[in-house]
Amino acid sequence: MLEKALVGTKRYYGLLALLAGLFALGFLFYLKQLHLGLSITGMGRDVSWGFYIAQFTYLVGVAASAVMVVLPYYLHNYKAFGRVTILGEFLAVSAVTMCILFITVDLGRPDRILNVLKYPTPNSVLFWDMVVLNGYLVLNLLIGWNVLECERHSVPPPKWLKPFIYLSIPWAVSIHTVTAFLYAGLPGRGYWLTAIMAPRFLASAFCAGPALLILLALLVRKYTKFDPGKEQIQTLAKIVTYALLINVFFFFCEVFTVFYSQIPDHMLHFQYLFAGIGGKGRLVPFMWFAIGGMTLTALFLVNPKLRKNETTLAALCGLVIITTYIDKGLGLISGGFIPNPLEQVTEYWPTVPEAIITLGVWAMGFLILTVLYKVAVSIKEEIKS
Amino acid sequence: MGIDRREFIRIAGLSTLLGLGGKGAFELLMPGRVDAEIVPKPEARKAKRWAMVVNQKKMDEHTAKKCIAACHRVHNVPNFTNPPNDKLELDPAVANRYQIKWIWTDHFHNAFPGEEQKYPQEHLAHMNFLLLCNQCNNPPCVRVCPTKATFQREDGIVMMDMHRCIGCRFCMAGCPFGSRSFNWKDPRPYIKETYPGYPTREIGVVEKCNFCAERLAQGLQPACVEVSGGTLIFGDLEDEKSQVREYLRKYFTIRRKAHLGTNPQVYYIV
Amino acid sequence: MADYKNEFGVFGERPKVEKKIFDRNKIIAGLVIFVVLITIPLWKNLGKSVAAPTPSLDTPVIKKLAEKEKKCIMPTDWMRANHMQMLIDWRENVVRTAEQKVTTSRGREFVSPDGKKYLASLTNTCLECHSNKAQFCDQCHNYAAVAPNCWGCHLETGKKLAEAK
Repeated sequence: MLEKALVGTKRYYGLLALLAGLFALGFLFYLKQLHLGLSITGMGRDVSWGFYIAQFTYLVGVAASAVMVVLPYYLHNYKAFGRVTILGEFLAVSAVTMCILFITVDLGRPDRILNVLKYPTPNSVLFWDMVVLNGYLVLNLLIGWNVLECERHSVPPPKWLKPFIYLSIPWAVSIHTVTAFLYAGLPGRGYWLTAIMAPRFLASAFCAGPALLILLALLVRKYTKFDPGKEQIQTLAKIVTYALLINVFFFFCEVFTVFYSQIPDHMLHFQYLFAGIGGKGRLVPFMWFAIGGMTLTALFLVNPKLRKNETTLAALCGLVIITTYIDKGLGLISGGFIPNPLEQVTEYWPTVPEAIITLGVWAMGFLILTVLYKVAVSIKEEIKS
Repeated sequence: MGIDRREFIRIAGLSTLLGLGGKGAFELLMPGRVDAEIVPKPEARKAKRWAMVVNQKKMDEHTAKKCIAACHRVHNVPNFTNPPNDKLELDPAVANRYQIKWIWTDHFHNAFPGEEQKYPQEHLAHMNFLLLCNQCNNPPCVRVCPTKATFQREDGIVMMDMHRCIGCRFCMAGCPFGSRSFNWKDPRPYIKETYPGYPTREIGVVEKCNFCAERLAQGLQPACVEVSGGTLIFGDLEDEKSQVREYLRKYFTIRRKAHLGTNPQVYYIV
Repeated sequence: MADYKNEFGVFGERPKVEKKIFDRNKIIAGLVIFVVLITIPLWKNLGKSVAAPTPSLDTPVIKKLAEKEKKCIMPTDWMRANHMQMLIDWRENVVRTAEQKVTTSRGREFVSPDGKKYLASLTNTCLECHSNKAQFCDQCHNYAAVAPNCWGCHLETGKKLAEAK
């Protein structure tokens, strides 16, 4: 089926060329990072994780959201989603690949990455992260590819695929839970040491992922002959709405616990993010925009008229993606590390090389997404004709 | 002619995987070993659980500086704030990001956050506390390391294996005391005088105080203890007759963030 | 062989179709270029010869050794074959492993077959005598195109030599 990705319109080739070019640029800067070390990033002794890990955290959420289309279709026979499961699964493949790439570019010694396999350490959450991410990648590729191929030949999927499909549902939840456990089990980081970390991650994942899926579905409808369907997009929009409401609710739960208990150690991180400490508050405007934006978007999405109008829906989905990205991307990491365990404030901001390498990885992810979507859409078009 | 192209690729792929995997498995499962002995030196210092008592009552700025200088000298710790060569000069904020410190000083409200009060004991207000890795007995950094590059020995020391570290910095996130440093940049140009008794590090690995394990193996005291003139007491916590136990019996001591349960083994006499 | 039946019938009954290669010239040109490139290691260095490595034992410390003592911690042949594994074993023992006989402090002393004890250290034992890395270690390593990355961390000048300077 890969032959479908080799032929396309001039616009398709142009997009591939642009993404390949951006990836090449990012790769060149990565070579510079291999030579000079992670000193070319903005990270330091106090904020030792930064942009790369933030992207990884966000993208694990996007990957997990594939379960939101797989579960209704395979478990509850919601036939309408038959058209979009492949889009969700291929989005998951692209997102997990980006996650693995971001972890690799963040490592100080990528040449030793196989040490995680040579010396498995079950008590380390990072070990399990590697296991579940790679497993999820294999699962989605296996399921998506096989189902698509069977659809092409008008045969039902093979029986042996069913257990894998059922497995992928809790597995999707597990990848984001394990990622949350990376943060939630560290005794020295008060901002992250909360039981609601995993639920909050899942809630923001289940609104960001389907929101991205809606935008991608609208793009697919506009530029190809395959229409994911109005009903499908509306159901996804309902999922985004509820997930976003829950996410905002979880955030207010956190704020209440921290500020009603008045424990200084926990309040400090929120103070840094939303008010700044000692004059240092780079993230303050971003955080207010993110939380305010999320709350407003949630309230707007509740209104069925705004959801049914696909233009306003697209705008609101864009807002969901931007605000959840700021909250989970910028806010989570900086908030956890600042102030440091000695209650000192060292701010973090990504450098230009760091941003270019990040862009390169995103370009590779979207390149994979374009190729896989081209295959899926072409097959769907072929079936229809 | 029973095989079509698809079948052929399938068989070829599987054989390659088995062939490569087989070779790899063979090497993993049966690594070569050299038939020769390696034994500890007879004068090596042994303990059931190493611990340190820092007598802040006797500590002063001068002694603290001597301890830090001794440690950083014998472990080839680079200096980014005062590089040996003017051409390597860095912006102070950047040097602060790259800094590597195994032992350093900080004030009370930084060393013991949450314990401070508005009107503290007079000599506590400006005291410089000597801080280092606490060599916790229940170390979170060991728990999170995905390769066991940082591991706990039976004598309690939390060691770093620079050969295995992949530089993921999970241990840095896990440490509640800010004791760990990462090599963001090549450290060698920033070392004024290399000390041959200990290697330097390369970019991309984490490092921290190791209670001078290499000096203990030679029968010596840790470098900071040696130059501290009795301000730092080092010994076996499980040996009732050790100096550490004597001081713990005699004086009231506090530990950093003891309530977190990491069981730190550096005690401060305040 | 299984029965292979396609739209023309069983294998043996396939009608004679004239075989034709499309783009024959391009394919042959491509194959020729591929064969030339893939066999580069075989023909590029024909006629050239690289001198055998000549590791030199000409260092101040070795010169000072008495005739009887002029030997490495293990026999030369053994060293040539096993020094890599020995260094890895030293590394594992000094940093990590608890050998059965070692309890708390890790093993630091290597016991050679003739009973003599040496500190298990690349910089402070091996390089004390072999202080000429470029004329000794690098000779064979460059010839064999091996680049062990010990030297990124482990220093080339041992304690005694540094103090002597």
